[in-house]
Amino acid sequence: MISELLFFMEVLVAGLLSGTMYSLVALGFVLIYKASSTFNFAQGAMVFFAVLSFVGLMEFGIPFFVAFIITVVLMIGVGLATERLVLRPLMNQSEDTLLMATIGLGFVLEGLAQAVWGVEVRRLDLGIKDSPIPWIADNLQLFISALDVTAGLVATAMIVGLTLLFKYTKIGLGLRSVADDAGAASSIGIPLKHIMLLVWSAAGVVALVAGMMWGARAGVQFALIDLALKALPVLIIGGFSSIPGAIIGGLLIGASEKILEVYIGPYFGGGIEGWAPYVLAIFFLLYRPEGLFGEKIIRRV
Amino acid sequence: MKPVIMTFTKRDIVNFIVLMVLAFLVIPMTVTNSYWYSSILIPWLCLALAAVGQQIVMGYAGQLSLGAAGFMAAGAFACFNLILRIPDLPFVGALIISGLIAAAFGILFGLPSLRVRGIYLMVATLASQFFIVWMIDKFGWFKNYDTSGIITAQNIVILGKSFTSPIAMYFVVVFVVAILTLLAMNMVRGSAGRNWMAVRDMDIAAESMGVSLLKTKLEAFAISAFYCGVAGALFAFTYLKSLEPIAFDIKLSFKILFMVILGGLGTINGAFIGAAFILLFPVVLNFIGNTVFHGSIDATIISSIEQVVFGALMIIFMIYEPLGMAKLWESIKSKIGFNKKK
Repeated sequence: MISELLFFMEVLVAGLLSGTMYSLVALGFVLIYKASSTFNFAQGAMVFFAVLSFVGLMEFGIPFFVAFIITVVLMIGVGLATERLVLRPLMNQSEDTLLMATIGLGFVLEGLAQAVWGVEVRRLDLGIKDSPIPWIADNLQLFISALDVTAGLVATAMIVGLTLLFKYTKIGLGLRSVADDAGAASSIGIPLKHIMLLVWSAAGVVALVAGMMWGARAGVQFALIDLALKALPVLIIGGFSSIPGAIIGGLLIGASEKILEVYIGPYFGGGIEGWAPYVLAIFFLLYRPEGLFGEKIIRRV
Repeated sequence: MKPVIMTFTKRDIVNFIVLMVLAFLVIPMTVTNSYWYSSILIPWLCLALAAVGQQIVMGYAGQLSLGAAGFMAAGAFACFNLILRIPDLPFVGALIISGLIAAAFGILFGLPSLRVRGIYLMVATLASQFFIVWMIDKFGWFKNYDTSGIITAQNIVILGKSFTSPIAMYFVVVFVVAILTLLAMNMVRGSAGRNWMAVRDMDIAAESMGVSLLKTKLEAFAISAFYCGVAGALFAFTYLKSLEPIAFDIKLSFKILFMVILGGLGTINGAFIGAAFILLFPVVLNFIGNTVFHGSIDATIISSIEQVVFGALMIIFMIYEPLGMAKLWESIKSKIGFNKKK
């Protein structure tokens, strides 16, 4: 009985922690959605692009921190190019048009990353082992991966940081006003371009961090993009415009997909992780389309 | 009130006859190389048919969907099982039932469209993509308990004759595609199409004018999935000649989405133009890679370049010509016509 309970706890904790990885990807989506009501489908590709560039630079023998900074600068460049070449010409277009354009952007980034760095799977060693922490294993009989815990801590730190930024700084106020009404915001002197650049750069950095966590676990490879797609159900559950929603949605998806896989999966030959989050999202949509923390969508004729 | 009977302009009829002569007489008589049939014409027609399906749900009814490949998989495996388990069933019958089975999935996964739209709906349709492919992969019955992973498709037998040569298969495909395309063109001009477009342009306004959203949206999803299902069955039986769930992964769904968007949303010929472009561009790129650079460029790099070009084109079209290549073609035609009059 106790061993069963322990096993359940282990599955739950592993699920929750891997859920924070989804949250990290979802966070990038939320940032951009909050500031520009644009759904950035390319966020998954940005994760891939960022971490592949990072690993590629490290392979040249560039030290960890220098490579990190170069990649951050690169991601700011991507943000700048996106603002200039994609978003500005498409200003005031419908949400669906922007979504299509970001799908295109995603393909460009994926293709570019692979053309420059190649397609082979790379290992990323952060110096954190993806194996159980001995102290917890000994004292609590729970096997929890050190990498999962690190990802959880990093995600928490980023979410706290971003929430504080949005709530208490002048930049955050600017971001929120742009999200509310871009036209009104720019008419009272909020520099729209700078805000967009800032948000896309921040999303780029978030993408890099998320990519590093994912890469350390699963290797830096194209399959990361499929994993990043799972941030979509996370967003639906959490709501597109809520930072806490991203984390709670991620935790819910992570925990429920692991529990479903372990307890129900064997009856169907396994592999239900692949679609369970999406089906969960559908049920959620039927019940609460705006997500747990999203703003209610009101549409008028 | 008398029902309005569809009228066709002279140009429509001329276009139709020219296309049919081209498809059934000119191409079979002039093209002898079987490579053209089995590697270009057949996949083009199959994917164009799937793109017509995507066009109906996305271009006409305005419902963002990313599950075309899932419905194709449903159609392909339904056709395989129907022929396997019901020996007397004619191929065309199997094709139609496969389409209907795919349509049932379409209705099921179209249900969320009644409550959500845009990106939300896209995520819901992703569920169909992942679920259908998983289901086929995990339950051995669908694959007739074949463990090798690759199942050979049965021969196509119609009225006691088997269609195995590339040109014979081409005839089967072109026949089905011609009929279904004609049907689609009439549907989008008729009341069904008008309802779809009304829902696309402003669903609340459409509803207040008496268009039933439930019926219209589900109808669009069902018909779209029917087209994708038939296309999937044809794709598996005439092009792949085998059945494997991996052939219908999310990448194929994205490809079909690109065909529709680059080709031009809300046009049937856009589906054909888009499919031709998406299919031929990699062929051309590989050809350039082999002849100009003599294979010194790695194949993976070429496919990456292909991705960049597709993505960039998507952005460029969204900015400069949101109506896609079909509109571009129309503008070129009208410009040439204008010059002639001068």
